[in-house]
Amino acid sequence: MPTFADNGDGGCARKILLKAIAKALHMTHSNADDYLRMYRQMVRIRTFEDNANQLYLSAKMPGLTHMYSGEEAVAVGICEALKTSDKITSTHRGHGHCVAKGADFKEMFCELLGKEEGYCRGKGGSMHIADQSNGNLGANAIVGGSMGIATGAAFSAKLLGKDDVAVCFFGDGATAQGLMYEVMNMAALWKLPVIYACENNGYSEYTRTDEIAAGSITARAEAFGIEAFQVDGQDVLAVNDLSQKLVERCRKGEGPFFIELMTYRYHGHHVGDINREYYRSKSEEKDWRENRDPITRFRAWLVEEGIASEEEIEAMNAAIKADASEAVEYALNAKYPDASEVDMHVFTDVEHALA
Amino acid sequence: MSIDILMPALSPTMTEGTLAKWLVKEGDSVSSGDVIAEIETDKATMEVEAVDEGVIAKIVVGEGSENVAVNSVIAVLAEEDEDASSVSAGASAPAAPISRAATPEAATPEAVAPAASVSAAPASPAPEAEAEWDGPTKTLSVREALRDAMAEEMRSNDQVFLMGEEVAEYNGAYKVSQGLLDEFGSKRVIDTPITEQGFTGIAVGAAFMGLRPIVEFMTFNFAMQAIDQIINSAAKTLYMSGGQIKSPIVFRGANGAASRVAAQHSQCYGSWYSHIPGLHVVSPCSPADAKGLLKSAIRSETPVVFLENELLYGDTGEVPDSDDWTVPIGKAKIVRQGSDVTITAFSIMVKKALAAADALAEQGISAEVIDLRSLRPLDTETILASVRKTNRIVTCEEGWGQSGIGAEISARVMEQAFDYLDAPVTRVYGEDVPMPYAANLEQLALPQAEHIVEAAKAVCYK
Repeated sequence: MPTFADNGDGGCARKILLKAIAKALHMTHSNADDYLRMYRQMVRIRTFEDNANQLYLSAKMPGLTHMYSGEEAVAVGICEALKTSDKITSTHRGHGHCVAKGADFKEMFCELLGKEEGYCRGKGGSMHIADQSNGNLGANAIVGGSMGIATGAAFSAKLLGKDDVAVCFFGDGATAQGLMYEVMNMAALWKLPVIYACENNGYSEYTRTDEIAAGSITARAEAFGIEAFQVDGQDVLAVNDLSQKLVERCRKGEGPFFIELMTYRYHGHHVGDINREYYRSKSEEKDWRENRDPITRFRAWLVEEGIASEEEIEAMNAAIKADASEAVEYALNAKYPDASEVDMHVFTDVEHALA
Repeated sequence: MSIDILMPALSPTMTEGTLAKWLVKEGDSVSSGDVIAEIETDKATMEVEAVDEGVIAKIVVGEGSENVAVNSVIAVLAEEDEDASSVSAGASAPAAPISRAATPEAATPEAVAPAASVSAAPASPAPEAEAEWDGPTKTLSVREALRDAMAEEMRSNDQVFLMGEEVAEYNGAYKVSQGLLDEFGSKRVIDTPITEQGFTGIAVGAAFMGLRPIVEFMTFNFAMQAIDQIINSAAKTLYMSGGQIKSPIVFRGANGAASRVAAQHSQCYGSWYSHIPGLHVVSPCSPADAKGLLKSAIRSETPVVFLENELLYGDTGEVPDSDDWTVPIGKAKIVRQGSDVTITAFSIMVKKALAAADALAEQGISAEVIDLRSLRPLDTETILASVRKTNRIVTCEEGWGQSGIGAEISARVMEQAFDYLDAPVTRVYGEDVPMPYAANLEQLALPQAEHIVEAAKAVCYK
């Protein structure tokens, strides 16, 4: 894999070697546009979350929200290996998945603020955001709750003879839910094209993962005969490379697969989870932010490889920031759903359920 | 440019707090994530983290200040290259303190009014009753009627499939899916492991994708394992997604008490599922209704909970002999005309209500028996029309009384036909105990025809 922490003498030969490795590893993604898009998507997620965090802290955003910051390489590395018609299911920490699968800022911020132009017309919110147009079957705010849905999407693809793949995002905490074992069993029996993507950010809410999960996470899948992989979730190229291979194998009927992505959430479990020292140290947080940040690492690699200059990257970041500000401003001024919306979409055959 | 540091909202309900302590002083450099202050609310002490980098140019709200409103400026940050001394408090747009109570969500009462309105009982469209059938019929058992409904719909729509425990090779635990594997193959008649939550989740996912799964629960007792998938995913997703994602799915299987299988296998789920907006719930008694309603359920875009009864599977009756014949969901059926008292029932209790009506007739009381057939939408109009005629009503159900179907009917009759009542609405329901095993005790726990007779006589003051 490309070495991100390449602070050594960095001779020309080594760079050539790195490029050759990168090229070999990324046969189908071997051009600069793909790398830049991955970078851009990661920055879009970080920028989205920075804005969402501010909206929440300034009491402009209601409810509960969970930040994806720090985990960007997971969603982007995987979703960049998917087609629009491939499906994902997402979690309460789902903004990153939604952006990575192709969602627009404007509709997302509108949804977070409960506005009519949101993806779910303001009726789902941060924890239920769904974007059917891009194959996002929705965030499920019940931990582990979407595992059946993702497996069902894969089941449908197989039944209909399509080569679509489904990816089920979930956290390490969800591995304690029984549903995971039920659906992995059937997915393995029926060879379904589903990838279980376990985002192991080290904490199940406010508890260290090793206090809630006995034994190995990947061994759980292996017990069903499912090939399981562990990958550095802060390395977008490693994630993308593995995902591309597994997605292609799923399309050929070799699924299901399981990936444990080692990652980190920079914020607390939710935005209000500020006092975290009783369950994790500030030095640990600092270490991940300073030494293992997926965006910083990938940016350094892009520059080193000559794929983008610092100036180009700064311009890209600034443009994304401006996009986000514009979308936030739009959403703040957008209208709330009409009162008549309260009883719409309860039943398919009744326009207004309370009429 | 300077940046205002605002009093943060750290929970959905926080509107103000005490600025307990500053951990930085004017002139200090901070970077994103640094703890700069501690605030206290009535619930907890929390740290405030810096969001941006810069130098603390001014502390606006001093330590110990109480009732500091969320969003008020507590300090001002100068960016690294800025002269901190030139920054004045609130240099950027002064943020008017906003409390959560004043956010527009709370300020649009009209948005909540319809839901809170007293008369807003869950409404149902009034479907047309099925056309009177004068074509050919054939004698079928409920079991065969259900099988035929599935087979016909599977023939006409290749998106329909059946999934459940022992539904394929074994033809169903109660032989309801007899012959379906032979006709449709293992791709569409799918045996699953004993894993209700798992296969229900998979079926809901398939429904999100536009397929039309029929999920068979060997009995609805086991659907308790899957209830999160039924309610949180199947029933709510259309709403949560703002209409983007439908779940055309049928959950069917035996419901209610069978015989001598005791507490964990004998329970009516009618009121449980009928509580949920987003679900339709039906529970037929006759073979003709079983077939017609199951066909409607499979064609519906709304998730349908289809409650059968093991003791009815062998009952036979005349069923319209046509692939086109369906029964509308949401429409009750008057199965016996009468003038003195209305009796409502569903599923196996319809038989007991009819037996009670026979006994009442012998005593000079003319009972009108309504087979509800659908529990959600509940056909309130048919019930009210009958009550306006008889001025008395007895509701019957096998399940427990508290929060039951009878309780719901009682409330609707009181709200909408109070002036027509000549006696209190009276409910007949299962005893408020888990189902006992011993035959004599089981008989005592279940509502019987004689209970209905007694109740009807009581409301007729006889």
